[in-house]
Amino acid sequence: MMQLAVLSGFVLAAFAPLLYRWLGSRTTVFLALYPAAIVVWLLAQWPSVVGGEPVLLEMAWVPGMDITLTFLIDGLSLLFALLIAGIGAFVLLYAGGYLHGHRDLPRFLVILIAFMVSMLGLVLADNLVTLFVFWELTSITSYLLIGFNHTDLSARKAALQGLFVTVAGGLALLAGLVMLGSAGGSWSLVELTTRGEALREHPLYTPMLICLLLGAFTKSAQFPFHFWLPNAMAAPTPVSAYLHSATMVKAGIYLMARLQPSLGGTEAWVTILSLVGAMTMFTGAFLAVRHTNVKKLLAYSTVMALGTLTMLLGIGTQGALVAFVVFLLAHSLYKGALFMVAGILDHETGTKDVTAMGGLRTLMPVTTAVALVAALSLAGLPPLLGFIGKELMFESVLHASHFTLLLLLLAFAAAFLTIAVAAIVALRPFFGEQRQTPHVAHEPPAAMLLGPAVLAALSLLLGLMPGGLDGLVQAIVVGIGAPEANVHLALWHGINLPLLMSLAALVLGWLIFRRWDRLRARLAYLDPVIARGPEAGYDAIMVALVRIAEWQTRALQNGYLRNYLAVTLLVLVGLVGHAFFFRHTPQFDVSISVYLHEAVVAGLMIAGAVTACLMKSRLAAVAAVGVMGFSIALTFVLFSAPDLAITQLLVETLTVILLVLVLFRLPRFANLSAPSERLRDLVVASAFGVMVTLLMLAVLGGERLPRISDYMVENSQPLGHGHNIVNVILVDFRALDTLGEIFVLALAAIGVYAMLRFHAAEGTGRLPTRPRSSDDGE
Amino acid sequence: MEPLMAVSIGVLFACAIYMMLRRSIVKLVIGLMLLSNAANLLIFSTAGMERGRPPLVPEGMAAPAGSVADPLPQALVLTAIVIAFGVLSFSVVLLRRAWEVVRADDLDKMKDTDT
Repeated sequence: MMQLAVLSGFVLAAFAPLLYRWLGSRTTVFLALYPAAIVVWLLAQWPSVVGGEPVLLEMAWVPGMDITLTFLIDGLSLLFALLIAGIGAFVLLYAGGYLHGHRDLPRFLVILIAFMVSMLGLVLADNLVTLFVFWELTSITSYLLIGFNHTDLSARKAALQGLFVTVAGGLALLAGLVMLGSAGGSWSLVELTTRGEALREHPLYTPMLICLLLGAFTKSAQFPFHFWLPNAMAAPTPVSAYLHSATMVKAGIYLMARLQPSLGGTEAWVTILSLVGAMTMFTGAFLAVRHTNVKKLLAYSTVMALGTLTMLLGIGTQGALVAFVVFLLAHSLYKGALFMVAGILDHETGTKDVTAMGGLRTLMPVTTAVALVAALSLAGLPPLLGFIGKELMFESVLHASHFTLLLLLLAFAAAFLTIAVAAIVALRPFFGEQRQTPHVAHEPPAAMLLGPAVLAALSLLLGLMPGGLDGLVQAIVVGIGAPEANVHLALWHGINLPLLMSLAALVLGWLIFRRWDRLRARLAYLDPVIARGPEAGYDAIMVALVRIAEWQTRALQNGYLRNYLAVTLLVLVGLVGHAFFFRHTPQFDVSISVYLHEAVVAGLMIAGAVTACLMKSRLAAVAAVGVMGFSIALTFVLFSAPDLAITQLLVETLTVILLVLVLFRLPRFANLSAPSERLRDLVVASAFGVMVTLLMLAVLGGERLPRISDYMVENSQPLGHGHNIVNVILVDFRALDTLGEIFVLALAAIGVYAMLRFHAAEGTGRLPTRPRSSDDGE
Repeated sequence: MEPLMAVSIGVLFACAIYMMLRRSIVKLVIGLMLLSNAANLLIFSTAGMERGRPPLVPEGMAAPAGSVADPLPQALVLTAIVIAFGVLSFSVVLLRRAWEVVRADDLDKMKDTDT
């Protein structure tokens, strides 16, 4: 039942506006209780999970299709869920301060909580289909969050870009999950974990891997899909702090870690993940130093971190997996804190440009301290958790089996660039001479400081005492594919190669920081090259998409009724024809016993119909249709349907009267089509006619099912007290159908009457017409 | 008889479709009439055609002696004939109205939806 408790967040989200009306600015505090409660519940699972016993909460959802709402709480999902709920609680508090008094705060809370629940569902789901549903929910809710300032064109554009990229990846993911589910023979992640061998040997392995990785790479902003993430900084800062520290962009990472035991370890996996990850890591770090906007700096460093995580999964050794977990946790903590600090700077100074800020340490000492601690972790300096993560990362890259030198170079480059970014973010605004900013800065309200302060403190605390994490890290590493692991995290590893690399990176990073302004000017020369990067490709695809949509709308939806009809009929003929000749072997019954008078009647019918098509005069056409109608009535008479015959005669007569009354006020027949068009229509019509004939012959040749009307035949007199069975069916057995028919006729009659009356009321007989544009214009 | 009917119905459908693909609105109406008749016949004859055994219960009896033609498709077709008439009369009047307003008998010229 915990599932429902977690998912009840959706209900809570729906009530957020109402709560806001009652509680006002205290709403966020109240709402933060929900993720806080989930944190408590998750912590209660800690001992069991760390003890190596994953918790499986089973619950059916769509039993017939093997879709469950089962929650799987093992090390990996526990860590993710803790981060999501924990940081979520702080972000809620923070948003209350950041968006204080904002007109749309209730809407923001609705989406934020819905996003939080989707994210929790995503990392807790054990079923592939459920996982996908939550995956897409996070795409949609994050779209709404990024585009929160919907009056801002760039925010809308960024939101749409994020949505397109992640949803396109989501489609690939869906295909991959379906392949995974059918190849593995199970939709449960727990069971798939045990079927790694079979999956890796499966012929569908490569397409499956490519589809799944496309989904993960787009979501986690891996190169070349990294461009959407920095653009998503158009969102309010609480959103950035949440989406880009622990949640949205980590979903892809989560998925890859989840699949590591089932799909990982192959040549393709190692190659793709290591190279793409390393490339993303370097691209993110390199592009970061070009920017002066504090949020963009952090966003690109997030791209760097995501690349690092992917690379570590690719390397896949036990050491790499340990590094993966520690780096992941460290990044979530410091990045959440730094984004919130960035929001504080923006909120209090009115600018996001770090070059426009300076000397803020005297005005906001607490914020300065928080920023320093978090940035130390980002830079990977002791005694922060980030340091341990980075040392482990260097260590595992040194022992990578593939591309060791390349990965090492990229990792080293990313490390010193990241140190520069950390220095820029933490030193530039707070130290140096004081600068004039749009607002005069002061410390933010406590609600905004609490989150970053706790996260930064955790970075420090866990850095000093990493032993507390041993159990969890071990549980995770074993869960994602390492054999028996014995994890001991420690701050001090002795003097070794990673430490020397860190020292070198520190020196280089410091140099870049000192010469940052000049470096930026130099890097500006690269702008044209960067402008032709993957984002240009995205733009080109979007333009092409619109063009194709325009073209196909013109081609298919051109407004000509007969084109629709012809296309529909041809598709029908094609599909039926295919099913007819390739999937069945129809048996035609052409045995015929026919009397001469019957043949004459049928001949009259055909002649009437064909003549109606050929006549150039309306009267002749109506007469020919009449001939056909009366022949049909005769057919009814000949074949035991007196009621039908009577009705047909009556209707046929009425039709002729109607046509005489109305049709002759209509224009004469005109030959409007070119001969080629007529030929084309003739082909379509004949194809359809032949199809109907063949179908009917096949039906006659096929097996006859017993009729279902025996009950009516037997009970017409005893129950319905009528001797005409057809009549009894109409007014008794199927009386409701007849009532519906009467209703339809009444509607038609009202319609006819209205149209005729409408005409009379106008007097002149013409509606006031708009000045007509030329007929040939679009 | 049924194979002959199958061919006849095929011809009726072909004529109906051909007329419905014309640009003249009056021909469209003719096509509509042919189509509904063809559909009715299709239902009627696919259910099996019996000579001289109408689904009637003789006076003084509880059920017809021996087999009779299937009454259910007849009831369906009866409904369909009447509905088709309703549709036809509505569309005829609608077309007349359209002609009065637009003064075009060419469907391709009826482009403005709110003339």
